[in-house]
Amino acid sequence: MTRQPETTATGGLTRRGFLKGAAASAASLVIGVHLPNRAWAEDGVEPAAGAFAPNAFVRIDPDSTVTVIVKHIEFGQGPVTGLSTLVAEELDADWLQMRAELAPADTAKYTNKLFGLQGTGGSTAMASSFEPMRKAGAAARAVLVQAAANRWGVDPGEITIERGTLSDGSGSHKASFGDLVADAAKLEVPGDPKLKSPDQFRLIGTQVGKLDTPEKSNGKQIFTLDLYPDDLITATILHPPQFGAKVASVDDSAARAVKGVIDVKTVPAGVAVYAENTHAALKGRKALKVQWDSSGAETRSTLQMEREYSQAAKKPGLDARSDGDVEKALGSADTVIEAEYFFPFLAHAPMETLDAVIQFKEGQVTAWMGTQIQTLDRGGLARVFGVDKEKVLLYTQYAGGSFGRRAQPGADFAVEAAQVTKALDTDRPVKLMWTRENDIQGGRYRPLAIHRLRGGLDKDGNVVAWDQQIAVQSFMKGTPFEDFMIKDGIDASAVEGSKELPYAIPNLRVGQHLMDNGVPTLWWRSVEHTHNAYANETFLDELFERAGTDPVEGRLALLGDKHPRHSGVLKKVAEMVKKAGDVPEGRQRGVAVHKSFGSYVAQIAEVSKNAAGEPRVHRMWCAVDCGVPVNPDVIRAQMEGGMGYGIGAVLYDAISLSDGGYVEQSNFDRYRSIRINEMPDIEVEVIRSTEPPTGVGEPGTPPSGPAIANAWRRLTGQSVHRLPLVPITA
Amino acid sequence: MKRIVIAIGCAALVSLGLCLKIGTAIAADSEAAKAQTLQSPEDFANIRDESKRSVAMFNEMGKVLTHPRCVSCHPRGDSPLQGMDLHKHEPPIVRGAGGMGAPGMRCSTCHGDDNVAFSTEEGSIPGHPGWRLAPKSMAWEGKSLGEICRQLKDQDRSHMTLEELQKHNATDGLVGWGWHPGEGRIPVPGTQKIFGELTQAWIDTGAVCPEG
Amino acid sequence: MAISFELNGKEVSADVEPDTPLLWVLRDHFKLTGTKFGCGIAQCGACTVHLNGLTRRSCITPISQVDGGTVTTIEGVSGEEARAIQDAWVALDVPQCGFCQSGQVMSATALLREIPKPTDENIDQAMAGNICRCATYVRIRKAIHRASDSMEG
Repeated sequence: MTRQPETTATGGLTRRGFLKGAAASAASLVIGVHLPNRAWAEDGVEPAAGAFAPNAFVRIDPDSTVTVIVKHIEFGQGPVTGLSTLVAEELDADWLQMRAELAPADTAKYTNKLFGLQGTGGSTAMASSFEPMRKAGAAARAVLVQAAANRWGVDPGEITIERGTLSDGSGSHKASFGDLVADAAKLEVPGDPKLKSPDQFRLIGTQVGKLDTPEKSNGKQIFTLDLYPDDLITATILHPPQFGAKVASVDDSAARAVKGVIDVKTVPAGVAVYAENTHAALKGRKALKVQWDSSGAETRSTLQMEREYSQAAKKPGLDARSDGDVEKALGSADTVIEAEYFFPFLAHAPMETLDAVIQFKEGQVTAWMGTQIQTLDRGGLARVFGVDKEKVLLYTQYAGGSFGRRAQPGADFAVEAAQVTKALDTDRPVKLMWTRENDIQGGRYRPLAIHRLRGGLDKDGNVVAWDQQIAVQSFMKGTPFEDFMIKDGIDASAVEGSKELPYAIPNLRVGQHLMDNGVPTLWWRSVEHTHNAYANETFLDELFERAGTDPVEGRLALLGDKHPRHSGVLKKVAEMVKKAGDVPEGRQRGVAVHKSFGSYVAQIAEVSKNAAGEPRVHRMWCAVDCGVPVNPDVIRAQMEGGMGYGIGAVLYDAISLSDGGYVEQSNFDRYRSIRINEMPDIEVEVIRSTEPPTGVGEPGTPPSGPAIANAWRRLTGQSVHRLPLVPITA
Repeated sequence: MKRIVIAIGCAALVSLGLCLKIGTAIAADSEAAKAQTLQSPEDFANIRDESKRSVAMFNEMGKVLTHPRCVSCHPRGDSPLQGMDLHKHEPPIVRGAGGMGAPGMRCSTCHGDDNVAFSTEEGSIPGHPGWRLAPKSMAWEGKSLGEICRQLKDQDRSHMTLEELQKHNATDGLVGWGWHPGEGRIPVPGTQKIFGELTQAWIDTGAVCPEG
Repeated sequence: MAISFELNGKEVSADVEPDTPLLWVLRDHFKLTGTKFGCGIAQCGACTVHLNGLTRRSCITPISQVDGGTVTTIEGVSGEEARAIQDAWVALDVPQCGFCQSGQVMSATALLREIPKPTDENIDQAMAGNICRCATYVRIRKAIHRASDSMEG
């Protein structure tokens, strides 16, 4: 006999109630606990009884709660708080009355206008929402004001709202939002409401507490993994050991003998084990004996790939950019420096492995997952089940990290989870949970890349020539993004950040070699800026060192007056470091600056050598210009996190393949994540800009690696052209 | 014109240990380790000279003492080691009071009373009720067999009489774990019984230490 | 096989396979989902609970080893240190994605119970087993110091 602990607000019963409700009726959904998508029953975005929903983004309940429907997935980068701030600002709401919900898949209502589909990526959430979400709030405000004006018989112009309370000029009437929702619901919503000017902002630019912090500090936040609908089946999957291999034969007798295992099925992605509980599903998976057919597999080792890429990079590729005559300039330069860089595959390794709950019942598909491109995932689900998109309800869940991993142009994971569910031919909900081994060995890595750089200095130490040849595979090819991203053979992503090198170098060429590779790859936090910024900023630093040029002054001189925002963050970070004082004995500092996703970031790292001879990053300083800082503390947090992510990868991480194409890492023991004892102190300054806001989720990552490598080279004399910096042990 | 090439391909760097190592080297070590056996005291009967016999038997004990299963928790530093290559323990953990880890993260945070096979992959997490690091005075990592031997005989460092040492080697459960290290781990050669007999025979022959 | 133990202050029993990790008993059986799965091999700390008052990775703890023991999860953790830690987490907006934070809070609470005034080194030693892929470490460190300060007097 079992007993349920009674004290848990997040216990199975409430969540079960939610899921039952979501599939059955909206009425049962109005419950006092914050639950994902509680308003989204079959009727989509219709508001709960008595609520006022002027548009698809805002709902005001009779209790004055303002709920913002956030069309972007939340995995820590802050849209729930950021987008709610925009609505609250224009609505003049009190921050304490704000709530947020993640929008379901509904492209018509929730498209990202920068992509033309519903999705999150490229650090665009704030940029694409800044005006629409403010308008949504302003429209709601206008209707509430009109409702109050009608009720009190005064001119709307006399009404003010102070922290969620409306009052007239005389002060004789007061009302809360909730008092007015019934009246407001009957009025017409203005299409083009007036927005505040920046000097009227009261919330934007201030620090408001993140809406999702409390439940993420007490265990109550619900992620996909935490969904336990009635009759849940848990599935695990065994993938082939090489990319492109297929199942040849399966001996599942031992797996089926595990108590709790329901079934074993071969699916396109591998072999799925279905069980009544997670442990049985894992134990069953471990008991599988599978023969694999590797005839179509990628069998090269990463060492072989590296040799092939290196050969390619020795010749000029397709020009992504060509200024002046680089060969001639190199030929006549006083000093020429050459370097070949190696960048390994990198896994994203979000804390929550990929997972989904899918139910196919009576022709209706209902799916819950941390979907990052809802439009494409919904399409993938519809394809697998052979139903119209309208028969697919896809509920976006809070996700335990992504770093790009959940944004899948081919909807791979949604398709895999759908195939796993469909193969069982059941109307019970099926949760597919990847293990960490599935994740680390599951591909969709940051691509392996080789850069070959040649730089020329004249006799006065001026940088007169720069030739950068980049050999990398394209992950845009064959996806819905291909037409948009690949023009005249140049993959804008592959060369991003190098093609746009801001420095005034008269003879500059960036060549691209798109390599074929059977290892599936994907955007990884800040996409290809990670390796491009690293090569740019370390190689330039070496040229400066060779020429005796100060790294900050040298960069400022080459930026000239054409790139004031690059210069602005660089000067700011230099000031921060000046305040911090001289470099302590045994340490060195290195700088890097890079623009990505519209935001400008400069960083300085202070590094020493530890007892094991490895780098220890003590402190880092960061200046960021991302336009209007909507929530400075979220920006600081994203810089800290983006830097930590970059530091960990540059110091410790690589996915390597042995001969035959087998991934050599499988979990955090050998694919090391940065840990607290390796994390530097970080100071961040946010530039008070009035430019339109741009992204912060990714731009903190690219400069961190080169800043550390530059410090290390200045400390030890060793250039770092191979990553990771700390060689991985076998 | 000066031409400075400041980086070269991986092939040339392998010898410097700068490239990703490939797992085959470790796999080869493992095969060699698996093939190891532990000889009994009788196997040394043909050595007439008692003190030479004693040394030979200690050298045989050395197969156990210097085995990675044993050295991992006899490190010279303040962190345990892992694997046949004795790399740094991941996650990082420190010796702490009594060799049991730090407040908030003790050995027992992860290591339970028994070995536990992983359910998500091959391998296991080792366990024993007494799981902890040996005191620093008993560090074996990086030491010669002669040094380890003299250290064992020095009661200031070993905190054991030879009689107690024999009992420890022959019967201690944590020592015995070395022969039953769990899924995915190569056990130390032989059996704890033979190890105990070797220790007794070594003591009986004068507990002579190897040179060096 | 029925295993009995104390869970968040209540006597419970679960009829599950004895090799079932505590993690899956908490989640699948008791629907206490605050304790997370992150790696399955005691590398990441997302599954940290308190077993008999000390931190324990529930993903590699067979339920058979819990028989008769006392288990506290994020849902049940209480007392001055837990409160101070969670308040500091909120005050400094520590979490980003939030998935690892239950484990972080459980480790940090255990640290403060033993060392009310931890140094940076104590924090590193106690918290190095808890991975945060969002790298919220800067704030975790500050929040632990803040919680410690708030408990004074």
